[in-house]
Amino acid sequence: MTAQTRPAEEAERAERPPEGGRARRALRAVASANAVTLTVLAVVLALVLGAILIVLGNDRVLAEYGYFFAQPGTTLGDSWQIVTDAYGNLFRGAVFDPSALSGAIAGTNSWNLVFYPISETLTYTAPLIFTGLSVALAFRSGLFNIGGHGQVIFGCIGGALVGFALPLPPVLHLIAALLGAAVGGGLIGMIAGVLKARTGAHEVIVTIMLNNIAFWFLQWIITKPGVHNPARSDAISKDVLGSARLPGLGSGLRADLGVVLGVLAAAAVAWLLNRSTEGFELRAVGLNPDAARTAGMSVGRAYILAMTTAGALAGLGGGVIVLGPAVHLTGAVAGTVGFDGITVALLGRGKPWGVVASALLFGALHAGGNRMQQSSHVAIDLVTVVQAVIVIFIAAPALVTAIFRLRATRGVSASLAKGW
Amino acid sequence: MANNHIDLVVEPGEIHALLGENGAGKSTLMNILYGLLHPDEGEIMVDGTARRFRGPGDAIDAGIGMVHQHFMLVPVFTVTENVMLGAETTRAAGVLDRRSARARVLEVSERYRLPVDPDAEVADLPVGVQQRVEIVKALVREVDLLILDEPTAVLTPQETDELLEVMRGLKESGKSIVFITHKLREVKAIADRITVIRRGAVVGTARPDASEDELASMMVGRTVKLRVDKSAAAPGEPVLTVRDLSVFDDRGHEAVAGTSLEVRAGEVLAVAGVQGNGQTELVEAIMGLRPVAGGTVELSGRDLAGRSTKEILRAGVAYVPEDRSVDGLVRDFTVAENLILDQYDQPPFASGLALRPAAIAQAARERVAEFDVRTSSPQATVGTLSGGNQQKVIIARELTRKVKLLVAAQPTRGVDVGSTQFIHARVIQERDGGAAVLLVSSELDEVLALADRIAVMYRGRILDTVGPDTPRERIGLLMAGVTEETVDETAGGDETAGGEA
Repeated sequence: MTAQTRPAEEAERAERPPEGGRARRALRAVASANAVTLTVLAVVLALVLGAILIVLGNDRVLAEYGYFFAQPGTTLGDSWQIVTDAYGNLFRGAVFDPSALSGAIAGTNSWNLVFYPISETLTYTAPLIFTGLSVALAFRSGLFNIGGHGQVIFGCIGGALVGFALPLPPVLHLIAALLGAAVGGGLIGMIAGVLKARTGAHEVIVTIMLNNIAFWFLQWIITKPGVHNPARSDAISKDVLGSARLPGLGSGLRADLGVVLGVLAAAAVAWLLNRSTEGFELRAVGLNPDAARTAGMSVGRAYILAMTTAGALAGLGGGVIVLGPAVHLTGAVAGTVGFDGITVALLGRGKPWGVVASALLFGALHAGGNRMQQSSHVAIDLVTVVQAVIVIFIAAPALVTAIFRLRATRGVSASLAKGW
Repeated sequence: MANNHIDLVVEPGEIHALLGENGAGKSTLMNILYGLLHPDEGEIMVDGTARRFRGPGDAIDAGIGMVHQHFMLVPVFTVTENVMLGAETTRAAGVLDRRSARARVLEVSERYRLPVDPDAEVADLPVGVQQRVEIVKALVREVDLLILDEPTAVLTPQETDELLEVMRGLKESGKSIVFITHKLREVKAIADRITVIRRGAVVGTARPDASEDELASMMVGRTVKLRVDKSAAAPGEPVLTVRDLSVFDDRGHEAVAGTSLEVRAGEVLAVAGVQGNGQTELVEAIMGLRPVAGGTVELSGRDLAGRSTKEILRAGVAYVPEDRSVDGLVRDFTVAENLILDQYDQPPFASGLALRPAAIAQAARERVAEFDVRTSSPQATVGTLSGGNQQKVIIARELTRKVKLLVAAQPTRGVDVGSTQFIHARVIQERDGGAAVLLVSSELDEVLALADRIAVMYRGRILDTVGPDTPRERIGLLMAGVTEETVDETAGGDETAGGEA
């Protein structure tokens, strides 16, 4: 029935003259829950929840709540103080530390320290862009790629093998190593795509299983002669040669070309999805495989293409790790960026530039979390909780709308509710 | 707003037809009556007292029952279990009292002459009988007013006649019926009073002796002519030749069993039949969407075996699929994108790997204008359009390229009268331009309006191919599986051949 009433309502809305001034219209635009507002509010809510957890995690302040009514001022004041201290350090670790600037001006520390927080943020951001793009691309094609972890691992392995075992001239070596990473991730992604296209095996199950296979393959291969670093007794590979490493963005800083490549990859994926015939096909298959098939598209081919490309993107994320800050393979080289890609893509609403923005946010939270842990003694796990809460709020927009009493607008949840 | 200040009075023992196009607001009104939706203004009076329904339960208590267009039956339950559902009577300790429920079903089905087997599993029953179960379900709850929402959409002509008979019987026993439909013939056959709804408002009432053209004009709001102007066909070379085709459906049954047919350039061959007799599978096999298990499909003498749907479309076949929302359109794509759904990688819409947005937008503007697609913009998502306009998007997409063969399955299902007229005219225009047209339709009116030859399909076979002047009754019987020979042989023994009743 809604389908029938909608055109009439829309016509009505279009005919209605704009009421009030610009300010009121702006206010109304904010109040009607659009995707950007919802995202910002979800982040705010998550930080509020994080603040409560900071208080709960502090024994001294928590004890004060025992006799809250005796001295409410002190209790609330102390709570406020530990929260602002923690979040202050989060900010200083992720974006900018004023004391580093004054120190640099006074000459007590180097200028590098001023850029250090940003550099850390960008270092964590780079692989997240790639894994986020990987999940987003698959999602737009109607597939849920849980295999980011395994694809990152194979990207790391591919990139590292080329990086230390195939000596080439400088620039060429880096390109070859990145290719190796893309091929490694792409191949394992393709397995899931082919199985889905040929046998209908569900990509979620296949990619989860491939994650396990990839993880144990990595544990095995780093102990093998030719890969293992003979100078070390623990399970660790040889170092990637200097010619295959990503050049840094500033001396003494960890940020490197990886984040630039990430932004370029986002541009490429945006073009692929929105401006290319292949992307048209992927999106059509993602939204309605039956109609795509009826219009003569090969749904199976689209699935294989999507999973291979998604795998290659996640693989590049692995390459950015191993050719950048990590330098060699260890059992835990891939960290959690593969899984974080899912949350990044979700927060970025499956759009390439949204992925870049949310990867930047998560990278900043990670970088700031390190500083918060060191200086405020708040466990970095809090950052993980905050990330998780953001995603829960994004996945349940109705909740945020209810909390902030926003006017519901149609279709905000539609794009994400489907398929996830 | 779907309903705007509608006044409707239904007298006891009256069959009141509610006539309107798809999207006119008929179903909204009835869902309000049945308590599924709530009115913003106005009231519902039952036997003189105003009532507020919080849900269907209240409506049933007030004596209002409804048979939905899509049946609300649990397929794996028996008839009795389905009738009990929602009003289970229990004996001690919560044990279901099947015996008394079964007796109730038998009693009701006897009293109102609605034969149903209380122990049959619903999934095994033909659609017409399932509908009977729905009616029994309502009557068991002792309703006085029965709402039938598009009840004949899924029935054969014979089943329709039987339903009309049942409705007359109910009327005699003092029940009132609201009969929602857009089929004028049935309205004229059964209604005592007709209320016509357009854009959510009552535009008038009519008596059943009004002419079909009059009723249609009221429904659409302007003068319409229901017949399609066409001259005699001038058939040329065979374009589509199907020989001994056999195709399996999704459950592995042979849905098309040795079918042969031929469509020539410049003629419309209509495949008539009740839905589910293999037409869907036949069309999908022709389009390369379903594997061919046996026999051949040839396009202008070239075997299509092993060719992909893309190749078949490129060979000059236009395809209007049966279920537009599933197979025809990507709802969340824009009108412009849907208009190039099967040509997106062809010039001028693409050069190499890159789409050409300017060319796509340009073509969209032209087609929206040419095919009179009512949309706020070519960049609006197709899901916001009405059914008829969505169908015009598909027609526009398929008919703007050079067409050798047009395969149109149920091209006007759920489409308003205005758009139906337009689509019919375009189909005939294609025929006159030399294209072969294979029309698949379960609407006999459509078949008779467009076809140059009519092939009647029953249980995967073409029973007979007849001319367009064949009487409706004969085609109706064929659709029910009764050929002249079988009438002699089985004289009433065939359960589906209800035609002699």
